[in-house]
Amino acid sequence: MSAFSAIGEDRETDRDEFTPGIEPQATWCPGCGDFGVLKALKQAMPEVGKNPDEVALFTGIGCSGKLNSYFESYGFHTIHGRELPVARAAKLANPELEVIAAGGDGDNYGIGGNHFIHTARENHDMVSIVFNNEIFGLTKGQTSPTSPKGHKSKTQPSGSAKSPIRPLSLSLTAGASYVARTAAVNPNQAKEILAEAIEHDGFAHVDFLTQCPTWNKDAKQYVPYTDIQQSDEYDHDVSDRQEAAEIMYETESKLYEGEVLTGRYYVDEDRPSYQEEKAATGEMPDEPLAERYFDEDAEWERTADELLDYHK
Amino acid sequence: MTGQELIWRIAGGSGDGIDSTSQNFAKALMRSGLDVFTHRHYPSRIRGGHTFVEVRASNDEVRSRGDGYNFLLALGDSFARNPQEEAYYGNEEVKPLSENLHDLREGGIIVYDEGLLEDDEIADLNLEERAEENDWHVYPLNLREIAREHGREVMRNTAGVAATAALLGIDTSYFEELIQENMSGDVMEANLTVLEQAYEQVSEMDQSHDLQIPEPEGHDEDQVLLSGSNAIAYGALDEGCRFISGYPMTPWTDVFTIMSQNLPKFGGISEQVEDEIAAACLALGASHAGVKAMSGSSGGGFALMSEPLGLAEMTETPLVLVEAMRAGPSTGMPTKPEQGDLEHVLYTSQGDSSRVVFAPGNLRECYDQTRKAFEIAYDYQIPTIVVYDQKLQGELRNVDESFFDREPNGDPGSVLTEEEIAEAAHHASGKFQRFQHEPEDGSNVSPRSVPGQKDGRFLATGNEHNESGHISEDPQNRVFQMDRRLGKLDDIRTDLDENASHQTYHGPEDADHGIIVWGSHQDTVFEAVDRLNDDGHSVKALGVSDLMPYPVEEVSEWLESVDQALVVEMNASGQFRGLTQKEIGRFGPKLSSLLKYNGNPFEPHEIVEGFESSINGEELAANNMKYVPAAGD
Repeated sequence: MSAFSAIGEDRETDRDEFTPGIEPQATWCPGCGDFGVLKALKQAMPEVGKNPDEVALFTGIGCSGKLNSYFESYGFHTIHGRELPVARAAKLANPELEVIAAGGDGDNYGIGGNHFIHTARENHDMVSIVFNNEIFGLTKGQTSPTSPKGHKSKTQPSGSAKSPIRPLSLSLTAGASYVARTAAVNPNQAKEILAEAIEHDGFAHVDFLTQCPTWNKDAKQYVPYTDIQQSDEYDHDVSDRQEAAEIMYETESKLYEGEVLTGRYYVDEDRPSYQEEKAATGEMPDEPLAERYFDEDAEWERTADELLDYHK
Repeated sequence: MTGQELIWRIAGGSGDGIDSTSQNFAKALMRSGLDVFTHRHYPSRIRGGHTFVEVRASNDEVRSRGDGYNFLLALGDSFARNPQEEAYYGNEEVKPLSENLHDLREGGIIVYDEGLLEDDEIADLNLEERAEENDWHVYPLNLREIAREHGREVMRNTAGVAATAALLGIDTSYFEELIQENMSGDVMEANLTVLEQAYEQVSEMDQSHDLQIPEPEGHDEDQVLLSGSNAIAYGALDEGCRFISGYPMTPWTDVFTIMSQNLPKFGGISEQVEDEIAAACLALGASHAGVKAMSGSSGGGFALMSEPLGLAEMTETPLVLVEAMRAGPSTGMPTKPEQGDLEHVLYTSQGDSSRVVFAPGNLRECYDQTRKAFEIAYDYQIPTIVVYDQKLQGELRNVDESFFDREPNGDPGSVLTEEEIAEAAHHASGKFQRFQHEPEDGSNVSPRSVPGQKDGRFLATGNEHNESGHISEDPQNRVFQMDRRLGKLDDIRTDLDENASHQTYHGPEDADHGIIVWGSHQDTVFEAVDRLNDDGHSVKALGVSDLMPYPVEEVSEWLESVDQALVVEMNASGQFRGLTQKEIGRFGPKLSSLLKYNGNPFEPHEIVEGFESSINGEELAANNMKYVPAAGD
């Protein structure tokens, strides 16, 4: 028997299984977009046939970091901006785990920007959900990397002199093999995109627009969105990198003018995931490394047998 | 040291093959049956610049670099003479002969390469007169010419080794063997010819010196020549570490490289990542998922790890970090040793955080304490740090192979199997209690599960949390969790006292005076203590290698038994003395400090001098060290 019998367990799951039974009530503000992420994620799990024990959810800090208090799975609430490096090692240690990382725009486009770039570059097989509400919420409303230029906050009272980061273009350039944007106000699309991102074999970046009714009432996440896949206006080939780059550039310019475009922007089914790339170099174990510690028959080689001759 | 000894110094430019030549030289002497020890001195520069390596060899045990040296092979710096030197190599003048003469002992031998040293350098030295004064025996040889004639210029190192052998009566068969093992084809043939030709030429010369190689005892095939970094890496592998993540930084890079080159052979994973924060986070993630993992860095990189270190402590995720110290603050002196990061590793990270810190005192302890660091981390779910320095990292020493012939340990510590999770403590709702207030076995360790196991779900969080891992600011819960986490240190102290104390005692038990040392200078101090006792003093030494939890009882008992104690360490502020005073304050008035922080490790005679002036109440004559008297003196 496998040491991890929950992994790949063949049974139907219900979205209610992903609601913790005894844990605290959500402390997100009324009307917070984060409820939309939680709902979409819970709904996506039965669709992809996962059970709570085989899912490992890694979060950053802030309102988004509370996600794993309200989502039942193995959880690791890490530190500000660091959920991606913790998550990707767990995936390497046990590639059979379903690894999901979630953080805010501060986590992934600010303090952990370096990790975001490199996790996308390496194309680790995981989902990165970025709660993008264009604001620092839990620290009470400071300007974030996605806040619009000119945004006034207590820390930038004269208005931000910085142009917002372009998350979709950033992850595409860095090497993500799946890039999508969805919005909390669009639960059905959000569920579909999360399910697709989970099943995608590579780094799936989902920029998730979530409204912050407390600190960022001006954000455009409330306005009606257009689904690029459903709109006749766009005849967009998601496998074409250049087309994706162009449409991303356009939408990222228009977002702050009130035109919200969501959907799949780029899907590369051919790019091997990081663990496949690493296996090709001969530096990735065939079996999940974590299994080995539970295997009574595992052989633990000694350095004395293998390495010391070199030093004689 | 009772027997004869050779301390051979080879000097030249970085990138000229000084390092590999000295390693082979040391290995050849080890194979011939001698004990060997190497000391490296190099600049933070890849090519050019002054570098030297000393190989100390004796038919008695060698435990430090020794005092000065008695054979200089000055090769010169081929890169400094490059026509583009201004642009590419700076304008530093490299003088391997003049820069090295001050430590050469009386009666010593000088071999310099006429072909590589400028005439004016030699002329400026007043060599003839100084040689007469110090009874030096000078052999100007044209090693480059010999190398060119029988091979290529780069083989002048081989010619230098051959000249050494001819002058000291060393059997060249071990050098031949090593050339045959490490090279092939024309390069091997040419090197063998250079070796033979140079040996013959120099053998036929008139020789005036009487220094000879100590009588070797024959090839001991069980000896291996290793650095502290090798021993740390092999300790980790033997203890079941199969995941490493890191970012390059001198001198930590050494362990990282050795692990990266060998882990795949053992079915493990190595990751070079974007920064040190990521490096520690990856090790944490792998450990959370059930794999024994490590990371590490040097001072500045370790500073970046303080957040993940605290996270490991709060989430009770096992984590092993290596901190390879170099001189600081900030980027300091990248290639020079110092023991200046002690307080950094003891106290970094916010809150009442706790971790275990080991500071191996020599090669063997590097292996032992790394194994122990993993055992403690995975049994007690706590971060452990192995702190060592650029000295232990770079020096090679021989040790018997059987020392490494231990049982490998793949045990993941306090991790439950699925069967055990089913039987473990659960909340009435069925939820697994990952962080129990009072674990059933009465210890402070609440067993953990690993993602993917059935019904073992929990939340790991850096926030204070309740028994199932969920965020809680309940005052009662807070106290329970803090007490349990901090209580582990007491348990670990008891465990170490009973099973694996790493303190090392040296010298007569009833001695009047004491010297305390931590980390890489342990054996240098022990050598100095032997010499002091031979000179009629009454001294013993204590090498402390468990730093946190501090071995209060052992050190107290020892301090009780001496009139006063000199704390020897390589930093400017006496950090270990400070730690000792903090842990066992009542001995403060007995402790004085001998400090050195100029980037060069202590030599045994310096400790002898420091000790003598401390007990005689005299001012320290040497200006490269500092004596700080006991408080209240």
